[in-house]
Amino acid sequence: MNAQHQPTGSAYFIAKETEHPETRTLSVLVDNEPGVLARVIGLFSGRGYNIESLTVSETEHEAHLSRITIVTKGTPHVLEQIKSQLERIVPVRSVVDLSQRARALGHEKAIERELALVKVRGNGDDRVEALRLADAFRAQVIDANTEHFIFEITGRVSKIEQFIAIMRPLGLVEICRTGVAAMNRGPEGI
Amino acid sequence: MAGTSMEMTGAEMVLRALVDNGVEHIFGYPGGAVLPIYDELHQQDEVEHILVRHEQGAGHMAEGYARSTGKAGVVLVTSGPGATNVVTALQDALMDSIPLVCITGQVPTSLIGSDAFQECDTVGITRPCTKHNWLVRDVNQLSAVIHEAFKIATSGRPGPVVVDIPKDVQFATGLYTPPPPVGRHSGYAPKVQGDLDKIRAAIELMATAERPVIYSGGGVINSGTEASHLLRELVELSGFPITSTLMGLGAYPASGKNWLGMLGMHGTYEANMAMHDCDVMVCIGARFDDRITGRIDAFSPNSKKIHIDIDPSSINKNVRVDIPILGDVGHVLEDMVRLWRASSHTDRARLDPWWKAISGWRSRNSLAYTANADVIMPQHAIQRLYEATKDRDTYITTEVGQHQMWAAQFYGFEEPNRWMTSGGLGTMGYGFPAAIGVQAAHRDSLVIDIAGDASIQMCIQELSCAVQYELPVKIFILNNQYMGMVRQWQQLLHGNRLSHSYTESLPDFVKLAEAYGAEGLRCDKPGDLDASIARMIESDKPFVFDCRVAALANCFPMIPSGKAHNEMLLPDEATDEVVATAIDAKGRQLV
Repeated sequence: MNAQHQPTGSAYFIAKETEHPETRTLSVLVDNEPGVLARVIGLFSGRGYNIESLTVSETEHEAHLSRITIVTKGTPHVLEQIKSQLERIVPVRSVVDLSQRARALGHEKAIERELALVKVRGNGDDRVEALRLADAFRAQVIDANTEHFIFEITGRVSKIEQFIAIMRPLGLVEICRTGVAAMNRGPEGI
Repeated sequence: MAGTSMEMTGAEMVLRALVDNGVEHIFGYPGGAVLPIYDELHQQDEVEHILVRHEQGAGHMAEGYARSTGKAGVVLVTSGPGATNVVTALQDALMDSIPLVCITGQVPTSLIGSDAFQECDTVGITRPCTKHNWLVRDVNQLSAVIHEAFKIATSGRPGPVVVDIPKDVQFATGLYTPPPPVGRHSGYAPKVQGDLDKIRAAIELMATAERPVIYSGGGVINSGTEASHLLRELVELSGFPITSTLMGLGAYPASGKNWLGMLGMHGTYEANMAMHDCDVMVCIGARFDDRITGRIDAFSPNSKKIHIDIDPSSINKNVRVDIPILGDVGHVLEDMVRLWRASSHTDRARLDPWWKAISGWRSRNSLAYTANADVIMPQHAIQRLYEATKDRDTYITTEVGQHQMWAAQFYGFEEPNRWMTSGGLGTMGYGFPAAIGVQAAHRDSLVIDIAGDASIQMCIQELSCAVQYELPVKIFILNNQYMGMVRQWQQLLHGNRLSHSYTESLPDFVKLAEAYGAEGLRCDKPGDLDASIARMIESDKPFVFDCRVAALANCFPMIPSGKAHNEMLLPDEATDEVVATAIDAKGRQLV
C-alpha cells in the first residue's frame, strides 16, 4: 500500500485537493507478456497511486490476453490520471473503470467477488461454533482433521472480512485471499 | 535484400534491422556482451559507429542527433555498467519526448539471474525510464522487436526504448523479417487526428477572445517542421501573441512580431503577464510543467483553456482545461488553420487593447542587465555570440543552469530543431555530447554547446570523441567559477550560505582542450569578445572557449518558488534584500 497522500501533480500545488477520494475498480486488459504486471505495479508505486487490491490471470490463452483487476482509491482527478497513465503502457489494450461503467449501465456497482481460504484450529465448543458459523456464511470445508478446518469462502469483500473477524477468536491460524475479481452486470462485455 | 525473409545470426539481424529502419549513425561503446554485434559493425559500411568515452555520452549524442534530424537516435552499449550508464540519458529522453532506440547487450540467457559478470536486470532498471522495453530471448523474434522498437520510439509521443539482447541470441541463427513489424501490441495506436467538434469549439472560442495567448511547446517541434509552419500561419491569421516553453523555442521565430519571448520561471515579464491575464489560452504541445505554471492555484485564473496534446495523460494532469484536443499537433493545427480560414474572423481591432497592455509589460524590459566595461556580463556574451552566428547555419545546445536560461533568453531562435537543451530532467552534462550528436548529423554546420564551468565537466571526456571523429563542436563556457544556479538559489533560500557551490580548483580549460587535441582560448575582457568568438568560429577543430564572466550575476527575471506569474522578481527590483526574502517558508520546500 502506498502512503495516504495523493500525488499533487506539481511541485507548486499548494492548494488543497478539494475533491473527495473514491474507491474504484479498474479492469485492465493487457497483452500477456513478461514484465507487464511489473509495468502496471511500477506505475502505481512510481506515481504514488494506491492499490487496495490487485488480481491478475491470463483470460484468453489464444489471444495472449490477461485481465488485471485493480481496486484503487483516489480523487476523480487522480483516477482520471491513473486511467490515462495505464493506457500509455504499450502492452495495455484497454482500461475500463467498472465502477463508473456500472453507474452508466444503471447499476449501483459492479459485481465484485473475492475468494479466501481460512484455517482455524481448535477443539470443543470453539470448533463446533466455527463450523456452525461457516455454514451460516456458506463457507465450504475443504480440509479438516480433529484439530482444524480450512474453509473456502467466496463473496463480497465485506462478507469475507466479517467472516475473518468472526473466526479470529475461534482459533484463526492463517488466511489467504485472492483479491477482488470483478465484472459488470448484463449481457455486454467490456 | 529488404522485402524477403532470410536466415542470419542475431548480430547480423541487428545491423540489417538498423539499415532497414534508415539508420546511418549509431553511438556506442563495446563490451563483452555486444562483441558479436561489434564484429558485424566491423564488416559493413552502411552504418557509421561513433565511439563515445562514456555511455551517458552516447545517450545524449543520440538525443542531439534525434532532435536536430527528427529521426530516432540509436545507442549501442554492453550489459551491466554499459546499460546503467545510459539510464540518465534514457530518462532525459523520456521527459523531453525524444525518440531513442537503445540496444543493450545482455549475458547469455543461460546465465540470466545468476549474478553473472556484468549482469544487471536491464529491462527492470529501464522499465520506468523508457516508453517500452524488451528482453529478446528468441532470435526469431529479434527483427520484429527491433522494427517495433523504432515504430514505438518515433510514433505518438516519442520516447526512448530499450532492446536487451543476450549474447547467445546474437550468435544464434534465425529468420530475419523486414519491416514493418506485424501482429505485436495491437493496443498501441496513438490517435493523431483531433476531434473536429472540439477543434471547431476551440476556433469559436478563439474567434471571440479579447485577450488571447498561444502557449506552444516541444510537441510542435516533435510533430515535424510542417507543424511549425502551421503554427506560424495560425499566429499570422489570428494575430494572437505567442509565447513558448524552453522546449518549444524556434517553432515560432524570435524575430516574429507576435513573439513574447519564453514564459515560465525565467521567462519574460510580458509572456508571464499575458499568461496570467489572458481570457483564452491555446496550449499547443506543451504540458503545464511546474517551471511554466508557477503557483498552480493562481495560474491564469480567468482564462478558458484549450489544450492540444498527443498524450491523454498530459491533459488535465496539472491544470484543468476547458477544451482538450487529443491528437498530433501538426494534424490538429492543419484543421485549425483550415477552419479559421473558412470563417471570417477579421476583427483584429478587438485585440488592440490587449496588445497595448502587452506593450506596457514589454516596456518593463525584463531582461535588462547592467553592462560592465571591465567584466564580461554573461548575458552580453550570449548576445555577442548570437550576433556572430545568427546568419550562419547554427545549432545550439546547452548544459543545465544559469547559462541555459541566459541562452534561452538572449539567443534568438528562428527555426525549429536548432535548439537542444535538457528541459524536463535538467541534466548537467547533456549539452556537449548532444552537440556532438548534432554535428555528426550536420557535418558542415556550426554547432555550439553553451555551457557552464560546472556542467561541462560532467561529460568533458567526450572531447576525445569529438577529436577522433573530427566533429568541430564549439564549447562556449560561461565560466563564473560557481554552480551559478545553485548559488543563486542559495542566495534566495538559504541566507547566501554558499554550501559547496564554488568550484575551488577548476581545470585550465584551454590546456585541457589542447591535451585532448582540440583548441581553446580564454577571454575575460568585454572588448576582446567579438574577436575571440570569430576565432572560435573560424577554427575547424573542436574548440573550448573559456569565457570568464561576472561571478555573481543572477538570472532574472524570475518567478520565485511558490509565486504566481504576476509576482515576478524583475532585475531592476532585485536588490540583495528583496532577493533574500523573495521566497516564503512554503516556497522554500519546493524545488
